[in-house]
Amino acid sequence: MEENKRIVKDCKVVIIGGSAGSLQALLQILPFIENPISFAIVIVVHRKNSDEQTLEALLALKANIVVKEVEDKVALKSGFIYIAPSNYHLLFERNETLSLDTSEKINYSRPSIDVSFESAAEIYGSSLIGILLSGSNSDGTLGMKAIEQAGGITVVQNPVSAEMSFMPNNAILHSQPDYILKTEEILEFINGINKETT
Amino acid sequence: MIEDIELEALINDVYEYYGFDFGSYSRASLKRRVSRVFYLDGFKHFHEFLSKVRTDPDYCKRMIDEITVNVTEMFRDPSFYLVLRNEILPLLGTKPFIRIWHAGCSTGEEVYSMAIMLKELGLLHKSILYATDINAAVLETAKSGIFPLRMIKDYADNYRDSGGQQDFSDYYIANYGFAKFSEELSEKMVFSQHNLVSDTSFNEFDLILCRNVLIYFDNNLQKRVVNLFDDSLAVLGFLALGTKETIKYSISQTKYKQFEREKIWRKIKE
Repeated sequence: MEENKRIVKDCKVVIIGGSAGSLQALLQILPFIENPISFAIVIVVHRKNSDEQTLEALLALKANIVVKEVEDKVALKSGFIYIAPSNYHLLFERNETLSLDTSEKINYSRPSIDVSFESAAEIYGSSLIGILLSGSNSDGTLGMKAIEQAGGITVVQNPVSAEMSFMPNNAILHSQPDYILKTEEILEFINGINKETT
Repeated sequence: MIEDIELEALINDVYEYYGFDFGSYSRASLKRRVSRVFYLDGFKHFHEFLSKVRTDPDYCKRMIDEITVNVTEMFRDPSFYLVLRNEILPLLGTKPFIRIWHAGCSTGEEVYSMAIMLKELGLLHKSILYATDINAAVLETAKSGIFPLRMIKDYADNYRDSGGQQDFSDYYIANYGFAKFSEELSEKMVFSQHNLVSDTSFNEFDLILCRNVLIYFDNNLQKRVVNLFDDSLAVLGFLALGTKETIKYSISQTKYKQFEREKIWRKIKE
């Protein structure tokens, strides 16, 4: 992994966004995250409207960490994974709950990565880490900029290791990610969060 | 994005000047919606926006119409409609008369979906569908039964996935990019403006649908609204919410029984 540019500590939330090809990356990362985690993981990936629960079921099966069902106003707690439900935007409230919104699609997507990243940036500021994975749409770039401006840390999947490079490339082109990491390096990065660095 | 403090100033002014209370709306969504109108209408400074809202009632009305979310679709969540069609409506069909309330009906797509199912089950003639919303503009669209044609393919898919077996195109006439739904469907609909935040119960119903409305409210307001539904629901009547909503935190669970794993609850006692 490249030199730590900023020490990652006091992280409360890691938000991960992705579209086409991101499931593959998630399946290479989630099963190997060291349990327990001292932060919450929120996953926002593009999916079919008709996919009501399959993604949750698959990730719950594969992940090493408990996946909590996201219902309206559920409390966001460290130690768990939360997945944005299909056909809703996922938002963050000041009282550390998650809320949902069915408003217009953004970047042809609901859930939209930008919407959730921007909302998380507002609430969690420098305690937030945003990770953007593979995809073939520009969603996520504005969200990464919002996290950057709010003092959070941004990580983009290295386009060479992404099945679809458009989404990570677009973020690299239009924002200044703190890290550009290959899939296995993202795992290593997550496992280092909130831990002493040498 | 506007600032939290600006949003609170707007909420206070809209309440003070016009009596509409957004104080119990979920802030994250409301803030996005207000920011959207603010930029859409070309404002540069928040105080200009605030002053326009205060001094121009027509503009305030537009602002409210724009901040309320009016995205809906026909047969949204087909599996939910399949349960309505196969299990809930046949139960209600044993009654001489069926009263249904669509609370927060937006542009009416779900009301027309309901009318189609009632018609196919031979129940429409003895049903009445009340459809209400806070937003007067969307009610006009709902009344007209005219929806964009580009959405119809998705709706026809939803209709089939929810157990519909007729030719969906028999229900509308397509013209100039719009689909106008048959007046036979809207004959039994009554539309009126109703604010869940401040208005009271106005009738007793056998089925109340309020899908993806409570998500915009905080816990206190959700409690108020669920109790309003409780006051408006006959014993053995049903309450249906959106797929991610619950009454669990709002009302005593001894009064309501969840229908299988659906977001449908039956009122089992007064």
